[in-house]
Amino acid sequence: MRFLLTEEQAAFGRSLEAMLTAADTPSAVRAWAAGNAVPGNALWERLAGAGVFALAVPETYGGMGPLPVELAVACVAVGRHAVPGPVVETVAAAALLAGLAGQGEDGPAKRLLPALSSGGARATLTLPDGGPYALDADTATYLLTVRGDELRLAPGYGALHASADPARRLYRPEAGGELLASGPAVVTAAGYAADWAAFATAAQALGTGLALLDRTVAYVKQRTQFGTAVGGFQAVKHRLADTLIGLEFARPLLFGAALSMTTADVAAAKLTAGEAAYAAARTALQLHGAVGYTEELDLSLWLRKARPLRDAWGTPSHCRSRVLAGPVRDASPGGWRGALGRG
Amino acid sequence: MDLLHTFEEDAFRDEARAWLAEHVPARPLPSLETREGFAAHRAWEARLHADRWSVVSWPREYGGRGVDIFKWLVFEEEYFAAGAPGRVSQNGINLLAPTLFDHATAEQRARVLPPMASGEVIWAQAWSEPESGSDLASLRSRAVRTDGGWLLSGQKTWSSRAAFADRAFGIFRTDPKAPKPHQGLTYLMFDLRADGVTIRPIGRLDGKPAFAEIFLDEVFVPDEDVVGEPGQGWRIAMSTTGNERGLTLRSPGRFLAAAQRLVQLWRTSGDPADTALRDRVADAVVGARAYQLFTYANASRFAAGSVIGAEASLNKVFWSDYDIALHETALDLLGADGELAQGEWAEGHVFSLAGPIYAGTNEIQRDIIAERLLGLPKGRR
Ligand SMILES: Cc1cc2nc3c(=O)[nH]c(=O)nc-3n(C[C@H](O)[C@H](O)[C@H](O)COP(=O)(O)OP(=O)(O)OC[C@H]3O[C@@H](n4cnc5c(N)ncnc54)[C@H](O)[C@@H]3O)c2cc1C
Repeated sequence: MRFLLTEEQAAFGRSLEAMLTAADTPSAVRAWAAGNAVPGNALWERLAGAGVFALAVPETYGGMGPLPVELAVACVAVGRHAVPGPVVETVAAAALLAGLAGQGEDGPAKRLLPALSSGGARATLTLPDGGPYALDADTATYLLTVRGDELRLAPGYGALHASADPARRLYRPEAGGELLASGPAVVTAAGYAADWAAFATAAQALGTGLALLDRTVAYVKQRTQFGTAVGGFQAVKHRLADTLIGLEFARPLLFGAALSMTTADVAAAKLTAGEAAYAAARTALQLHGAVGYTEELDLSLWLRKARPLRDAWGTPSHCRSRVLAGPVRDASPGGWRGALGRG
Repeated sequence: MDLLHTFEEDAFRDEARAWLAEHVPARPLPSLETREGFAAHRAWEARLHADRWSVVSWPREYGGRGVDIFKWLVFEEEYFAAGAPGRVSQNGINLLAPTLFDHATAEQRARVLPPMASGEVIWAQAWSEPESGSDLASLRSRAVRTDGGWLLSGQKTWSSRAAFADRAFGIFRTDPKAPKPHQGLTYLMFDLRADGVTIRPIGRLDGKPAFAEIFLDEVFVPDEDVVGEPGQGWRIAMSTTGNERGLTLRSPGRFLAAAQRLVQLWRTSGDPADTALRDRVADAVVGARAYQLFTYANASRFAAGSVIGAEASLNKVFWSDYDIALHETALDLLGADGELAQGEWAEGHVFSLAGPIYAGTNEIQRDIIAERLLGLPKGRR
């Protein structure tokens, strides 16, 4: 038993943090929201260079994965730095194709996965178990859709639907397009991909919440009113303490889900991380006062993400029903033993 | 990173499970907060101890099995899943014992720990005073030097189970002239039946009579019952509160089992159309799992050599809020029957309401989190 990141996993997280800190992600996010993908694409290449997109792709198709723990570490960093683009969706698309290949339908995987893994291509998708919008379809190389038991490459997409977070660019895929696969294997793979999408979103939400907390703690230490730092007031301290509690109890659920990747565990992580990040946003806004309510302040980039991430790829209500639909747990044995196995 | 149990841990689990299946009383014992329940629970402690299950993490010489923290967690999971009785000796085992392991002499450990493990001597915690709750360092009960020991005078209060317990441990002012309130305090163990001790039971909110205040009038305590150096009482006491908040007081096994029972209750009597209630049941399941995994992460850190710190306060606030939400959900599921005082959920509910008060109030814990974990300015406290 060692429910802690290994030194290599922690070092991977630190190197991503350092890279993204140096990359001036806020201006890339602003450009992305305005329709200029150039700085975002540069960021994407750095992530790809660090191997992030290979983590969800099996080795057979040019990847290093599946490595959900490392992927969680990476997506937390993506959330912390508000990296724009369909990171989660590319991961989910990789899971979809790998899931299909796992059931013997390996044509699409052979064709699309190597480029997704290297970062040379990015994907976005819609699944029966998600919303109707494909995130960032305008910048994606592949726009995948699953309807019923058919997986297709959509021929195009409609007009931009503005999200509450302008850096999330939403489009409805057009019907039709090349049929990549059909049948029960597609349904199974779509369920698997939905779990990976929820899982990666949970990690992104956790990172978003952590960024909101960090920035707010720094702010209340230097903002003074009544002759003292507002961070010295107990009402302020207690709200931030609650924010930390929310995030720190979401973290183990995320990594627990990484180790089992069961639908119920992923739903628990998604629910908790999404709610914790949204609560962090509420607190961050309140404790910044009016300056927090401006789009000029970089804080707004995370503030606007928190609510969409809470609801994307599994609303809280949907996640709760998944938790209760999970296997009845044997209350004692290593929790959810079936999934965790013995060693 | 993994969550895998070793074969040894699984074997230990199987052994504990088999023993519990055979020995856990078929019918729940009366509440340990009553006189008859206290006696029944003391007998249960002796039964546990006879087969070395009462203090599995202690060294064998004191009645334990010397198992590590992961096996301790495994044992707790089995213990609660089996519906075994509450631990009447928990103050001693969770609070005094870790202090003794860190600060006592070998003679004290040999004398005090074995009868604690067997339930022969049950301990009460005598920390709070009428004027000193959250501001514990302001305490006024004193210990005055005398031949071969100390004379205790003053008043302690809110002492759980002190009405029926045998001995107590607490901190006392030994140097009233010390420049700061945290200084000049000494950690002492004393006999609740000694001359000069008067116990007055205080009915709790749930009417249970084991809570008590303790009046002390020149009670003699021999030198051998001083823990650590005189004057160091505050440091010694604080070095073990982390254990209480962070780990031992509310083991994850308890909440996993309770959430499991809640799901069963929901499956048998929940209204499928009531999605608001369904959501709260799901939250209870998720919360128990989060708490279990948080504890496993902490245990992994301890196993890797770190010590428990201010993060114990995260734990304390989480489990106390969680415990209330869990019980409120159960009462709502029970509908009209939720009001009946005798049910396990109703009893648990009243008790859960005390969680944010004892073991350091949640307001104080949030201050600790804000100041020590987030680095916010220290307030007046
Ligand atoms: C069921 C139960 C069992 C207990 N068992 C024991 C036991 O076995 N042994 C023992 O010694 N004690 C025990 N206690 C006592 C417990 O430790 C104290 O109740 C606790 O420390 C709080 O002290 P108080 O009750 O005097 O509240 P006070 O300290 O008077 O606090 C009253 C309120 O003011 C708030 N407050 C105080 N100071 C601050 C501050 N600086 N900032 C913000 N808010 C503040 C508190 O949080 C609380 O809400 C028990 C209590 C209960 C309820």
